Amino acid sequence: MDTGPEIIRPKMQVRNLYKVFGSSPETALKMLEQGAGKDEILDKTKQSVGLADVSFDVYDGEILVIMGLSGSGKSTLIRCLNRLIEPSRGKIIIDDCDITQLNNIDLRNLRREKFGMIFQHFALFPHRSVQENAEFGLEIQGVPKEKRVAKAREALKQVGLEGWEDSFPGQLSGGMQQRVGLARGLAVDPDILLMDEAFSALDPLIRRDMQHELVELQDRFKKTIIFITHDLDEALEIGDRIILMKDGRIVQIGSPEEILTQPANEYVSRFVENVDMTKVLTASSVMVRAKTVAYPKDGLRTMLHKMRDVGISSIFVVNRDKTLRGLITAQSCKDALESGDKTVADLLLCDIPTTTPDEPVTNLIGRMADANLPLPVVSAAGKLLGVVVRGSLLAGIAEGGLELETTLEHPNEGMAQ
Amino acid sequence: MNFSKFPLAEYIDTLLDFLTDHLAWITKGISEIMSTGMDAATDALLAMPSWLFILLVAAAAYKAVGKRMALGTILGLCLLDNLQLWEPTIETLVLVLIATFVAVAIGIPLGILAAIYDGAHRVIMPLLDLMQTMPAFVYLIPAIPFFGLGPVAAIFSTVIFAMPPAIRLTSLGIRQVPADLVEAADAYGCDRRQKLLKLQLPLALPTIMAGVNQTIMLALSMVVIAAMIGAGGLGGEVWKAIQRLQPGKGFEAGIGIVILAMILDRFTSKVGRNKSADQ
Repeated sequence: MDTGPEIIRPKMQVRNLYKVFGSSPETALKMLEQGAGKDEILDKTKQSVGLADVSFDVYDGEILVIMGLSGSGKSTLIRCLNRLIEPSRGKIIIDDCDITQLNNIDLRNLRREKFGMIFQHFALFPHRSVQENAEFGLEIQGVPKEKRVAKAREALKQVGLEGWEDSFPGQLSGGMQQRVGLARGLAVDPDILLMDEAFSALDPLIRRDMQHELVELQDRFKKTIIFITHDLDEALEIGDRIILMKDGRIVQIGSPEEILTQPANEYVSRFVENVDMTKVLTASSVMVRAKTVAYPKDGLRTMLHKMRDVGISSIFVVNRDKTLRGLITAQSCKDALESGDKTVADLLLCDIPTTTPDEPVTNLIGRMADANLPLPVVSAAGKLLGVVVRGSLLAGIAEGGLELETTLEHPNEGMAQ
Repeated sequence: MNFSKFPLAEYIDTLLDFLTDHLAWITKGISEIMSTGMDAATDALLAMPSWLFILLVAAAAYKAVGKRMALGTILGLCLLDNLQLWEPTIETLVLVLIATFVAVAIGIPLGILAAIYDGAHRVIMPLLDLMQTMPAFVYLIPAIPFFGLGPVAAIFSTVIFAMPPAIRLTSLGIRQVPADLVEAADAYGCDRRQKLLKLQLPLALPTIMAGVNQTIMLALSMVVIAAMIGAGGLGGEVWKAIQRLQPGKGFEAGIGIVILAMILDRFTSKVGRNKSADQ
């Protein structure tokens, strides 16, 4: 999971971006450099700090979610990216071009060609039909009529609004209006789609649908999407990576799971404490290291001894390179030693259930409920990475993920190992 | 303490004299052209039989507004025809329409300017207050040296008096376009002209039309005053009635102005509302 999306190259690089609202940003910038806080600066200079030293990369084809509470600077940030708000300092590089240096004409062309933007309150043009709204960006680019009609129709089709072309925005529900907004953005076929709290004004069920559809659209078209939200669940649902902001600064950048399991500081952990962990945790964050393993060369007595040593009732057999071979239970070992006619190979249970490290915990809960044996977590190459037992699963959910070295206080309780 | 009077009047006179001396050849020229144009328009409308004109206006009223409006138009205009006020009615109509046209042609661009540039807004708004509160009679005095007695001087003072609502409401209408729509237009790379034509003016249209409507009403309210410098028309009839103390005649012409006002008002307010109903 730590690789996140298929990373290729940064589409956009934001470097040391500052925004100060007020008449003399320079004084405020100096104070920021000396480490002054937002409130102190407001007190002393009457300048309001919108963004302070914000740097991050946006990769081609990812959904990057910028999350924060109101006043955290996320809306300022997204507007700086296409200079609807002029940054006070810093660089924004798109395809080797620092867009903070562009003149007005180049800036307009950049907005026309590279960006689509979708707004919280839809911002549809009430005097234009759905079709004309979807055409807007192309019209501004000067695309000929027939071509833009076709493109806009295609975009409307993608968002499921076929047949509504001649309606007016005022006649549509909120969810449908935002689909028009999405179509307006998609119609220009932008490199980067900026979505400013795009689903926040929708009611929860519609919102869920739109989130799923956005992820689906993104799968199909591989657009780079920068998505602003104040809603953690939404960020976790759609984000490949999440940037968490507070007071105009970035607090943490990471995959949803990293944000949840390795919060950078107290603020992040408070932010994430109410999340339904089972949806974001994966097998890798609730597994523990197997206490001991057996090797194919080990005899039955050695295996039984290893199990007794750490107090487990079954043992995984792995090759030297940790490739999982199978499982042997203590009971079968004992029986075989008594009767004396069986070898390790006879006792080995090869066809045991396994799981991958990416498996969401939600799926594991059901499987663990009726299994007596520990669940091995196996990499794509077949190597044993760790085991999930009921205790580790519960502890993982309770604590929001475990370190691999975690030892459980009562390892035998409820464990079949 | 005995300060001598500040010679404001003298200064203004000097300024106006200067302007008259140097600009009169232009303004007199404009006056010539305009009065020729007005006479031509008036003559053309008067050449038409009154019943034909009434039917045309009624048809337009039917199309633009509805049956009742058409009926009212026929009744009102027939009454004016019957009262033998047809010629002054047409004269007033031409005067009001030309004054409105000029006021709107100057007022809407100024309103756009005031909406887009804060600096222009700061300069224009106090000027509008001045234009609207200055007693309308005052405008008549300089109008005469510039344009000579007659309808063009009347149009000049009418334009100044009637223009403020067109400017004010154009500016207001554009400024009232929701900020998030303007932001969306910016985000998709609109230049100023595109923003104005594709977003701001269409959305401001109902407000602008309300301004035009107000301009027409103010222009009509000027017709009697304008008659004092020879504008003629229904205002002229009222003015004559005042001088001869003929209350009956005065009311006849006054009612004529009211009928004209109602017809023009219903037309323009309907146009504004139709557009806004589309939303």
